[in-house]
Amino acid sequence: MITATGKSILKGIAIGKVRFLAKKQAEIKETAADPAAELKRYEDAKALATEQLQGLYDKAVVEAGEEHAAIFEIHMMMLDDDDYNDSITELINSEGKTAEFAVKTTGEQFAETFASMDDEYMKARAADVRDISGRMVNILTGAETGPAGSDEPFIIVAEDLAPSETVQLDKSKLLGFVTRLGSTNSHTAILARNMNIPALIGTEISEEWDGKTAIIDGYNSCIYIEPEEELLRTLDEKRVRDLEQRAMLQQLKGQPNVTLDGREINVYANIGNVSDVGMVLDNDAGGIGLFRSEFIYLNSKTFPTEDEQFAIYKKVAEMMGGKKVIIRTLDIGADKQADYFNLPKEENPALGYRAIRICLMQHEIFKAQIRAILRAAAYGKVSIMFPMIISVSEVKEAKAILEECRKELLAEGKEVGEVEIGIMIETPAAVMVADELAEEVEFFSIGTNDLTQYTLAIDRQNPKLDHFYDSHHPAVLRLIDMTVQAGHRHNCWVGICGELGADTTLTETFLRMGLDELSVNPGGILGLRKVIRELDLGGAQEPETEAPAEEKPAAPAEAPAEENPAAPVESPEPEPEKQAKKGRFSLFGKNKNK
Amino acid sequence: MKKFSYTITDPVGIHARPAGVLVKAVKPFASTCTITKGDKSVDLRKLMALMGMGIKCGDTVEVTIEGADEDVAAETIEKFFKENL
Repeated sequence: MITATGKSILKGIAIGKVRFLAKKQAEIKETAADPAAELKRYEDAKALATEQLQGLYDKAVVEAGEEHAAIFEIHMMMLDDDDYNDSITELINSEGKTAEFAVKTTGEQFAETFASMDDEYMKARAADVRDISGRMVNILTGAETGPAGSDEPFIIVAEDLAPSETVQLDKSKLLGFVTRLGSTNSHTAILARNMNIPALIGTEISEEWDGKTAIIDGYNSCIYIEPEEELLRTLDEKRVRDLEQRAMLQQLKGQPNVTLDGREINVYANIGNVSDVGMVLDNDAGGIGLFRSEFIYLNSKTFPTEDEQFAIYKKVAEMMGGKKVIIRTLDIGADKQADYFNLPKEENPALGYRAIRICLMQHEIFKAQIRAILRAAAYGKVSIMFPMIISVSEVKEAKAILEECRKELLAEGKEVGEVEIGIMIETPAAVMVADELAEEVEFFSIGTNDLTQYTLAIDRQNPKLDHFYDSHHPAVLRLIDMTVQAGHRHNCWVGICGELGADTTLTETFLRMGLDELSVNPGGILGLRKVIRELDLGGAQEPETEAPAEEKPAAPAEAPAEENPAAPVESPEPEPEKQAKKGRFSLFGKNKNK
Repeated sequence: MKKFSYTITDPVGIHARPAGVLVKAVKPFASTCTITKGDKSVDLRKLMALMGMGIKCGDTVEVTIEGADEDVAAETIEKFFKENL
């Protein structure tokens, strides 16, 4: 058995026979006697290449969608590029070169220019120039283009795959592919993701693998050639399980997130970049529950301008097509640092100058972001969320700044949209004053990572504390429950956008608490929805949980008695759980009676 | 001669696809259209040269249009920039 490792594009298993795709290197003659004849050959080849590309474009539209097919339109335009053509005709006319030599030389020159650019995306375009030039050379020399058909499913192994080669492959037979070259930005990688087949790039390949049985293990980023019996069996089982799982999850798309007894909850996605939105849509999320805007700041060398931010927020809002997009304002500081903020080193950064604290002290930074969000709100359904809140005065101040921005924009004649306003609940202080906070905002989103850290006084970066760390600590669960109750008392919907939201062992607990939304990483959405749809809460749910009614009945007296049987916390230790219930309800009783 | 400057707001800048669409938009006009960033200028009809400029989000470019149909060309191209880039 031979094992080779590479970089995995898609997690999954493929098992089958290898087909090694050797690039046919045709003999290329350098000089020709008759430039006019060479020019004619060149023009004919160009016409044929354009025709082939049109065919590939049509095929790709059907198989991969218009967006992925667009590359072949670009290829056609590249073939028709003045500079490219001038260089080729010049070599033929003045230097007496053959058409194929002129194309190959010119193609290499242009590819080199792209390859030397200071931009990963543009670097990857060198492959496109080589692709069209290779196509022309193949036509001119009569070499075979693309792999021949096959009856048996196969794993393609190649030095590199040009986009046109990927499209020419018979998809019904293609199990996966392994290349030595290629980048995660290449069209080949994008197509692999789109087709949902395992692929490895950057792998040391060998021609000797041709015809042998192989396994691509996308989870461990490796390929096994002539695998041992046992490994083959284990990975095949895993492959079958994967397929079943995927088919099941795909079936969930478009289905409502409702428990067997009819309790509904929103499942949203957390993102950091525009590029994550594709995954959000693929996984059929109901909205974006947390757009971590700080990544725009972290990926920038200086403060991102209002216009730059506007372009990004607008794009996300538009891509989500009317579904909710909750943008969290700048949450920089603590473990997320950007040099240009010039933040001094702190003894205790988690308790330091960060997030809303920076925004309320440095208005010019905050206002640029708020203006961008208000403008983007004209293009979709946008909500704004303030992080690290500890008191009501902060929320009032932030809202005043937002109003100021809105007035300024209107005075400038700019278009602004309505935004829903919410806050992160991630400090125990915010939970304690949640009733007052809820009167100021329309929603709460609980950041369980920080809430846990601040509640348990445990630094999660410190591995020595693992022994003491308990993500299901009753104190944290009780704080979440208190937040939900307080929010609902004031007509405020409540969600979770921290890691705990994706913890499916707590999904039932959260549903029983009455949470309205869970926002998780795009990859976790379908799995979470599956759990939700299989739950039965026995119909014992407070009516308040869905869209909070216009007027919340205070009904303090009955609450504890009714809620008790449906009480949350499926904790393994019975004792703290009991205390949790008691503490929780007596506390709320008092609050509600007030 | 007509001239306008524009700051790119599309997060991906003028990458392959937008460059292709831009070249297509310019093709029907008789005027010479040039795009300038810093000290580099290229003809807006030349796709690979345009892509080679590596124009990114936030870059300010200047577009010059000169020729018989420069008025209508300038208007169309400026509109194209505002709507797409």
